[in-house]
Amino acid sequence: MNELPTKSYLNDPKGLKSWLLTLDHKRIGLLYLFSIMAAFALGGIFAMLIRLELLSPGKDFMEADTYNQLFTLHGAIMIFLFIIPSIPAILGNFALPLMIGAKDVAFPRLNLASWYIYILGSAFAVYSMVAGAADTGWTFYTPYSTETTTSVISMTLGAFILGFSSIFTGLNFIVTIHKLRSPGMSWFKMPLFVWGLYATAIIQVLATPVLGITLLLLIIERVAGIGIFDPAMGGDPVLYQHFFWFYSHPAVYIMILPGMGIISELISVFSNKKIFGYKAIAFSSLGIAFVSFLVWGHHMFVSGQSELAAMIFSFLTFFVGIPSGIKVFNWVTTMYRGSISLKTPMLYALSFLFLFTIGGLTGIFLGALSVDVHLHDTYFIVAHFHYVMMGGTVMAFLGGVHYWWPKIWGRMYSELWARISVALIFVGFNVTFFSQFILGSQGMPRRYYNYLDQYQPLHAFSTYGSWILGLGFVIMAVYLVHSLFKGRVAGSNPWGALTFEWTTASPPPHENFATIPETTHGPYDFDKIVPKRTLTED
Amino acid sequence: MAQATGQPHFLQHHFTDVEQQRESAKLGMWIFLITEVLLFGGLFCAYAIYRSWNPDIFHNAHVHLDIFAGTLNTVVLITSSVTMALAIRSMQLGNRPATLKFLITTLLLAAVFLVVKYFEYSHKIHLGQLPGKFYTFGGIEGTNPHIFFSVYFLMTGLHGFHVLAGMGVITWLIVRTQRNAFSAEYYTPVEMTGLYWHLVDLIWIFLFPLFYLVG
Repeated sequence: MNELPTKSYLNDPKGLKSWLLTLDHKRIGLLYLFSIMAAFALGGIFAMLIRLELLSPGKDFMEADTYNQLFTLHGAIMIFLFIIPSIPAILGNFALPLMIGAKDVAFPRLNLASWYIYILGSAFAVYSMVAGAADTGWTFYTPYSTETTTSVISMTLGAFILGFSSIFTGLNFIVTIHKLRSPGMSWFKMPLFVWGLYATAIIQVLATPVLGITLLLLIIERVAGIGIFDPAMGGDPVLYQHFFWFYSHPAVYIMILPGMGIISELISVFSNKKIFGYKAIAFSSLGIAFVSFLVWGHHMFVSGQSELAAMIFSFLTFFVGIPSGIKVFNWVTTMYRGSISLKTPMLYALSFLFLFTIGGLTGIFLGALSVDVHLHDTYFIVAHFHYVMMGGTVMAFLGGVHYWWPKIWGRMYSELWARISVALIFVGFNVTFFSQFILGSQGMPRRYYNYLDQYQPLHAFSTYGSWILGLGFVIMAVYLVHSLFKGRVAGSNPWGALTFEWTTASPPPHENFATIPETTHGPYDFDKIVPKRTLTED
Repeated sequence: MAQATGQPHFLQHHFTDVEQQRESAKLGMWIFLITEVLLFGGLFCAYAIYRSWNPDIFHNAHVHLDIFAGTLNTVVLITSSVTMALAIRSMQLGNRPATLKFLITTLLLAAVFLVVKYFEYSHKIHLGQLPGKFYTFGGIEGTNPHIFFSVYFLMTGLHGFHVLAGMGVITWLIVRTQRNAFSAEYYTPVEMTGLYWHLVDLIWIFLFPLFYLVG
């Protein structure tokens, strides 16, 4: 029978002040968990309202202007407040030092500062909501964003500030991975989640400053009218798009790469089999990070860039498919003849495999020039994006949350309710978004308040899906909170995994490990070692 | 933060030794400098585009910049980089009074840079050689001559802000040096500030020819 340790990072030291001034990476991860989940809930409510309004053509219950503000807020909050920080700042902060056998990240104070900066940036974003929310879409394209009367400045200033938070996390992780690995942990003995975080951090550090200067220019343009993006004054709005996508395309890999890292952990552990193609998966993360900087122009095929540029960007875009494909094939091969256990985290990993593959392949369609001209700015894009970001990143994030939950709290959630929830989310997601592929291919433009009657059945279908999806998340919130008080005690290694975080107590002590662990085997050597599981089957 | 017996007081608990701590700080600082390069990179990109579209305007407008002031500031900043390097060297040798002297000199030179910049700016504001809709100057031929001043004020302004931030950090270093926080064994903050200060200097070395010496 397992018991919770009497002293852990959760209760030692005690008191609100010890949490708000903590330098412990695990606590900072939890501070991020609560704040980012609040943002996710907010963005989710906006999404539900948008779908509800789209149930039938014309006005259902909100004005067109409100609708424009809602989809802007949904996008901006989900991107900048939720999905970019989600996996690195919550699970990365919690697990990275544990996985490499370190006591903390390299710069704990910078880590705490990044959370306060996140809160400050979020405050500006929330202020924008009450002060006449921006209605530009999350991309803030000029010239509209410099002309609209809504509060673009506080929203962009919020995103600007959040960028610093993201840079600090990335910088911290790069140095931690380079300098704080425990004795014997060479680069190729690192868990693949660490590789994913490393590739992510490189993009965070290299791309985010460009977003910073872009949003700063946008703010100055709006406040002072310097004309840098205004064609009437010799400026160029397409330059804004170049700047914006130079960050924002790599940013979608900031979102997906750490998710892919989680999937590598889950597939290996729950297949009880050594990962297939370790180096190929590790290097493909770096490959994706590299290619991510060379493809931004595929967002601008119809924005007036040269034909030659469009062809080169289209060609380079196809390259993203190669490292992504390498990963998917390696994951599938890892499962082959493995002893697969369909626990909740694995169900999320399998969902990821299905949904990300659809999202990735439709991305190849969109990278093709002639196809993109037809599908550009339609629901096909919306569906593709959600398949990659929600079907990919969010599924991986949820898989990771369920995987590390017993390590974070020391207790298990209800497996039954978790499986019901994952089923609802998988079905709800596909009902909501697969219909949007069809809508888009039939010509339904994105961001429209009203639509022709012929699109109504599929729009309604999509809205019903959002209700199933919402129900799945409500159930998840209930059983996760319930588990904190009533969950079975998990013990140090409930899944039978081989990485370092499972060798210490659940929840871990403040110092992470009683003694710094030494690397004696690879992170996935299930062929050599039979790990001792601390939780028996139900 | 102090570790138990046998460890120097400046070693943080999660590092195993001083070497690891210093190496981490250095790597972190270099990564930060890369983000700075990319931050300015966006503006350098904007400069390249607008200059290639408006070569005549950039030529006609740049003659209104004061080459003497620009050259003076270049000399001032390069000298301040030297004094910053000397401050680090002095601390490595454990010479606290010399470190203080060189840090204060660096701070003063940074102030001289900003004073010169202030006179340049106020002269331009007076003549209306300003960005965008504020441009009222009549002496430059061609359409949209304000675009040169938009880029000029954005880039030198952002650089000036970095000089100001650097002055803040150097002031903090002076206070800490006075309080005996650094030694020949521990001078990481001085060294890191030095790296930052050299980057600020380096950016100016690019800005100077791009604006003052268009040709």
